[in-house]
Amino acid sequence: MTHRREWIYAWLLLSPALVLLFAFTHIPAISTIWDSFFSTPRGIRPSKFVGLENYEKLLMDDTFWQVFWNSIWYAVVTIPVSVALALLMAIWVDGKLSGRSFVRLAYFAPTVLPLIAVANIWMFFYTPGFGLIDQISGALGYPSVNWLGNPELALGSIMVVSIWKEAGFFMIFYLAALQSIPPVLREAAAIEGASRWTFFRRVTFPLLMPTTLFVSINAVINSFRMVDHVFVMTEGGPNNASSLLLFYIYETAFKFWDTAYASTLTVVLLVLLSVIALGQFLLLDKRVHYR
Amino acid sequence: MTFLKTMTTTLSAAALLASTAGSALAVDLQFFFPVAVGGKAADTIQALTDEYAAANPDVKIDAVYAGSYQDTITKTLTAAKGGTPPQLSVILAVDMFSLIEEDAIIPFDGLAKTDEDKAWLTSFYPAFMANSMTGGKTYGIPFQRSTPVLYWNKEAFKDAGLDPNTPPATWEEMVEFGKKLTKTDSNGNVTQWGVRIPSSGFPYWLFQGLTTQNDVILANDAGNKTNFDDPKVAEALQFLVDLSVKHKVMQPGIVEWGSTPKAFFEGQAAMIWTTTGNLTNVRDNAPFDFGVAMLPANKRRGAPTGGGNFYIFKDSTDEQKAASFDFIKWITAPEQAAKWTIATGYVAPRADTWETPAMKDYVAGFPQALVARDQLEYAVAELATYQNQRITTIFNDALEAAITGTKTPADALKEAQAQAEAILKDYR
Repeated sequence: MTHRREWIYAWLLLSPALVLLFAFTHIPAISTIWDSFFSTPRGIRPSKFVGLENYEKLLMDDTFWQVFWNSIWYAVVTIPVSVALALLMAIWVDGKLSGRSFVRLAYFAPTVLPLIAVANIWMFFYTPGFGLIDQISGALGYPSVNWLGNPELALGSIMVVSIWKEAGFFMIFYLAALQSIPPVLREAAAIEGASRWTFFRRVTFPLLMPTTLFVSINAVINSFRMVDHVFVMTEGGPNNASSLLLFYIYETAFKFWDTAYASTLTVVLLVLLSVIALGQFLLLDKRVHYR
Repeated sequence: MTFLKTMTTTLSAAALLASTAGSALAVDLQFFFPVAVGGKAADTIQALTDEYAAANPDVKIDAVYAGSYQDTITKTLTAAKGGTPPQLSVILAVDMFSLIEEDAIIPFDGLAKTDEDKAWLTSFYPAFMANSMTGGKTYGIPFQRSTPVLYWNKEAFKDAGLDPNTPPATWEEMVEFGKKLTKTDSNGNVTQWGVRIPSSGFPYWLFQGLTTQNDVILANDAGNKTNFDDPKVAEALQFLVDLSVKHKVMQPGIVEWGSTPKAFFEGQAAMIWTTTGNLTNVRDNAPFDFGVAMLPANKRRGAPTGGGNFYIFKDSTDEQKAASFDFIKWITAPEQAAKWTIATGYVAPRADTWETPAMKDYVAGFPQALVARDQLEYAVAELATYQNQRITTIFNDALEAAITGTKTPADALKEAQAQAEAILKDYR
């Protein structure tokens, strides 16, 4: 009898979390997968089962492949660069430095700005002719560059914005982790005669691994999730050169109203993210030392 | 006892019915509108709806600012799919086919009962109606309509030794003037471009000016066949590419739409193509004397129309539909349309609006406002097809590929035509 009551308690305690998870995560995910096997319902034509037709269309869709590789490149460049920069900045502002809190604030400032605002600031930087970058390079005699209007530069220009925004956020986590490393370790290493590099490589970096794992998972999620600046800066152009997967999903769903194909694209994103998350946990977990 | 109970229930139900029937006179309308230009547009809409509500106490209108055109159609269609659409909305004229396909709107013809109403339906400029009718039925009423025009910097013209009062009339003249107006500094970097035809976001719209001038139409009236691979379209695209590549009078690559007025004010570009909806903005902010002209001609004069129409949504009661119809009739009437045009720069959609005293005063002091209206004579319907957003995206991608030099105009357009064909063949 008591046993059964415990079960009821357990379910009651779990239910708020379960209801939220199912309502907002699991059921939508499953219905997305379900929808990807049907055609898009239009007002005058109901949806019908089409099997794998949407997936065949996906494989043949040049735009999808371009957007897919854009997203991969975007992740491959922005994640390591923003994490490395964050670590560098954290070590820099952790040291004894005059005006330390000012530098910390300056590094953290981009994080508190909404991405839309950030994108508008960078639009001003990038504008050919009278933008900040062109004004400076023009004064030095360099020709004007159309950063966002050139298909070879557009994606890179978008990446810079996201690195600029992300690095400060990750720095805060590294800074907190650095300050929790006991000073005894540094003193001990100094007595042993370890160089600063050896100390960093053998002591600091391994101790920061839990933070690195946390930060890198966040970086992966953000690199697929944050596309607001694409809306403001390029709308995916020129000719999809700066379009990312999530942006393409939004376009397909709410501009073309092709909800079935948007579901198919979402399934791809879902699978991609699950694989990466799984890989990160399996691979990195072994190298992370929790104290 | 049971009988009595039944009786009371029936009676109270009847009373309830009677009271709803009585209150049916008071109609609630929800009205979504977008704002695509800066300034007083939203305030003007609010002021006009308040004025209507004051004159018609039995109608309650909830005017909702719904964001950009894109936001508005997204919100409206989402609401329609959820079963609670607004009763009326201003949405891009070119989204007519999408709205029909979603079975979201009704034609105005069924609501026009009297001869006066029927006459009203035919009182708008034909250039605007081209995007508002299909299959002989009227689905949209022109309201927030525009057309692209050429703005030129008179001071820059004078500095370049050109007549400040003569804009280019042909493509050749635009190139010739552009060459004189393009200035470089001692390092060989351009400080002032001759001409600026923006190509970001929706390059197809201004490009349609070029195709019309080259005497070619991009899609049929039924909205189910495009004509992207016509050699004349490729010629027009080649001309656009040549402006930067061959003649070097325009900034190469994709040119941003949003910063175009700013580039004009800063003297970065001496001639710009942009919407007449920017007229009030340019008038308020240009630090020099400027002129407004029709787009230059090639084989003929030509420009697309643009902007938004009123639509009435299907999922409403008959009273709501009638009230929406009446409101739209009121707000597009000369007095109201004149207020709207003066506040924004949009082209008043009926000839009689231009005869009102308010409009006459306005154009007397600011004759540039007449250019857009006069250009309507040469204007064609803006590119609109079924699956409009997708087809225009395909077309935009092709234009961007050619402008950035990744594909030749002919190849890019041929691919775009094939993609459009694959989508539109189901609609014939």
